[in-house]
Amino acid sequence: MKLEFNKPGMLALALLCPVVTYAAETRVYEQILANGMKILVKEDHRAPVVVSQVWYKVGSSYEPGGITGISHMLEHMMFKGTQQYPAGEFSRIIAEQGGQENAFTGSDYTAYFQTLEKSRLEISFKLEADRMRNLDLKAEELEKELQVVTEERRMRTDDKPRAKMQEQFNSVAFANSPYKNPVIGWPSDIANYKVEDLQAWYQQWYAPNNATLVVVGDVDAEQVVKLAEHYFAGLKPSEIKPLKPQAEIDQKGTRKLTVKAPAKLPYLMMGYKVPVLKTAKPEWEAYALEVLAGILDGGNGARLSTRLVRGKEIAVSAGAGYDMTSRLPDMFLLEATPAEGKSVFDLEYALKDEVYQLQNELVSKDELQRIKAQVLANDIYQKDSNFYQAMQLGLLETVGIGWQKADAYVENINKVTAEQVREVARKYLIEDTLTVAYLDPQPITEAPKTGKSIGGRHAF
Amino acid sequence: MRFNLIGLCLFLLAQLAWAGVDIQHWQTSQGARVYFVQTPSLPMVDIRVAFDAGSARDDAQFGLAALTSALLDTGAGDWNADEIANRFDSIGAAFSAGVSEDLAWLSLRSLTEKALFDKALSTFQTILTQPRFNEEDFQREKNRTLAGLKHREESPGALANITFSKALYHDHPYAHPEEGMVETVAGFEAEDLKQFYKKYYVSANAMVVIVGDLQKTQATEIAEKLIAGLPVGEKPAEIPAVIMPTQATNQHIEFPSTQTHVLSGLPGTHRKDPDYFALYVGNHILGGGSLVSRLFDEVREKRGLAYSASSQFMPLFREGPFVMSLQTRNDQTQQATQVMHQTLAEFIQNGPSEAELIAAKKNITGGFALRTDNNSKLTEYVTMIGFYQQPLDYLQQFPAKVEKITAADIKDAFQRRVRPEWLQTVSVGGPGSRPPANQ
Repeated sequence: MKLEFNKPGMLALALLCPVVTYAAETRVYEQILANGMKILVKEDHRAPVVVSQVWYKVGSSYEPGGITGISHMLEHMMFKGTQQYPAGEFSRIIAEQGGQENAFTGSDYTAYFQTLEKSRLEISFKLEADRMRNLDLKAEELEKELQVVTEERRMRTDDKPRAKMQEQFNSVAFANSPYKNPVIGWPSDIANYKVEDLQAWYQQWYAPNNATLVVVGDVDAEQVVKLAEHYFAGLKPSEIKPLKPQAEIDQKGTRKLTVKAPAKLPYLMMGYKVPVLKTAKPEWEAYALEVLAGILDGGNGARLSTRLVRGKEIAVSAGAGYDMTSRLPDMFLLEATPAEGKSVFDLEYALKDEVYQLQNELVSKDELQRIKAQVLANDIYQKDSNFYQAMQLGLLETVGIGWQKADAYVENINKVTAEQVREVARKYLIEDTLTVAYLDPQPITEAPKTGKSIGGRHAF
Repeated sequence: MRFNLIGLCLFLLAQLAWAGVDIQHWQTSQGARVYFVQTPSLPMVDIRVAFDAGSARDDAQFGLAALTSALLDTGAGDWNADEIANRFDSIGAAFSAGVSEDLAWLSLRSLTEKALFDKALSTFQTILTQPRFNEEDFQREKNRTLAGLKHREESPGALANITFSKALYHDHPYAHPEEGMVETVAGFEAEDLKQFYKKYYVSANAMVVIVGDLQKTQATEIAEKLIAGLPVGEKPAEIPAVIMPTQATNQHIEFPSTQTHVLSGLPGTHRKDPDYFALYVGNHILGGGSLVSRLFDEVREKRGLAYSASSQFMPLFREGPFVMSLQTRNDQTQQATQVMHQTLAEFIQNGPSEAELIAAKKNITGGFALRTDNNSKLTEYVTMIGFYQQPLDYLQQFPAKVEKITAADIKDAFQRRVRPEWLQTVSVGGPGSRPPANQ
């Protein structure tokens, strides 16, 4: 049990650096089946294991109002069986094969994975191919799983003051972009899913031509492709209709909100509207924003730790985050927890001062150099994990950037100049597109009422 | 932010190694134990120095080990916190330090290219051997810790954990949280940290783990150099034995949350416990398997009562906790707790079925290669093997030890070790959530 200062930016940043690159010697094999399914294979022979991931181009940003969170709900239902493998069989078989498995849903993707000893890859393909087209959705299973998802929402959001604040922050910052909705969905939407809704969502998005299979591990790429063809090539493609763009309207003027919740510490979040790699024109802007995030929060020696946590000692924690791999334009985030005796307003002022400096002074050569050294080192460290390597490929492909961009990451970061960092700070970190959220702590309880009972026999 | 993963279940903590892990072991001239695994495929290295200096060494100053660890990189030798951070950042090296109940560690990850590695290593060595603990850094880090402890009070789960540990361990050093309590941390002085460091961060109490792309001669030099700056000192006395509870208890704490967090368990097993494998395999069936276990099935799959329902043994130097846990809507607390206890009672009484046992063994042994398939996981495993002085072929032996376990072994071990009349149950949550009292 460790203390954690909740840093919303952290997750983003952590995956960001990863969007990284591959040295020339590592090769990704790409194959597209006749039914439109894309297969990416990367050999890594360090250990006799393999990870297999199936990524679908669907997530919460694809969802219309009234059924928010349905991608995540469907992810849960994907473990509830097919005609051939009834509820529980999928997980039982993978477990018996010594595998680890799970799934995850984000704004822009839904993905399923198994990690196995290398000789057992076939079972993963067999089962994933089956549930790609043959899911058996039952109302009574939905009823139970809906309760599970409701509990999940309570645990992740409702009982966590900062998560709750972040959810409301997004819903205020975005006016009409689907990024305004939480991945897990709004409570009343979750409560009202019908099995027909799930069925329709499954039919609409789960098809080979909307999926990418990524395999990384101690395998032979050609054999993997053959094996994948055997199991997936026979699946019928669907007509995948293009998504409506739902382009966020221009924001003109700062938005502010306060969230009250039972909490002990105040907390501040700020977000500026920014382009992402997929939408940035010119493209270098996204890399410059990435470097800017690193200047502020790339390591313990970066500006926020050095100046706000140490230095002025006005924050007990402070962070910056930018996710360049989002499918739609997103936010550049700043967040901080005030030190004793300081307020969220002190922090807001200090963070804006940091932004002001980035707009008016060029970052130093040393700082730029440091970011580049970190990016280079992380590029090697990330190769320590097959799972991570597969994540990068799957993510880039699924959001529509293309996995090849991974190769160019280090080079593109290296090209960023101090002038470009200043330019994106001036262009995007502006008051007009800013949203600020304050967490206003409410009393938890004066003194928790404790009841204790002791008995010789425990109730069973 | 967009990368808010919502998994079906929490990611598994990586558990496992393939047959080929060759751990080389020796002692430095000052007597510190060294464990080295050569992994030549990537030009990087992980180094970890660990001491028997975890929170179990706090004495009455709960949180002292953790704060001592947190201060290490805020000033050492000629460098202040900014200079230390810049030295690591400028070469892409990653430093971290922390404590668990039993141990305190410092970790370094660096590229092995000579110029980079030399700078990383000399910085690491300075932090290890010459921390300053100066007053200004101390006050700042103490205040940050105090803020963190307040933040912890926002979490019903954290509150449940603290109460649960206290219920299991009373006055034993495992009873308090690693990060301490507001009341204790508030009273620390920088001098307390210096004394703690002086007593426990000594070579007689140290071990070094090196995993990466180095030759043995290099590893030998590195370990020697790191430890040479430490006084020899003494190994501390063993922490006291755990006294098992004599009766079951139930505690409930009111909290303004929509869910109630329920924990139930007792002091479980330790690292050299002859029952360890029987309990480990048994627990895999009861509640350890991630998406396949009795608790998961009864609480979540059949009844939809919780998102996560699981059990685990956390083996430590002494008996670490055995804990079953779930979180459920306040008004379902009684029902969910009953299902959890009933599932355990049934398992203790009858043990696992043959089919369950076979499936569990297949899962554990069939996936064994996944446990050590990268340097990070290897570093964790080798630290455990070294710190708890397990045999060097621990990983190689592991599958065979699992295979030997019978259903009767599991039933016998659970009946002796996990007695319902010793269970400590803690719940934290909103109104209407009080679990059943002992009846």
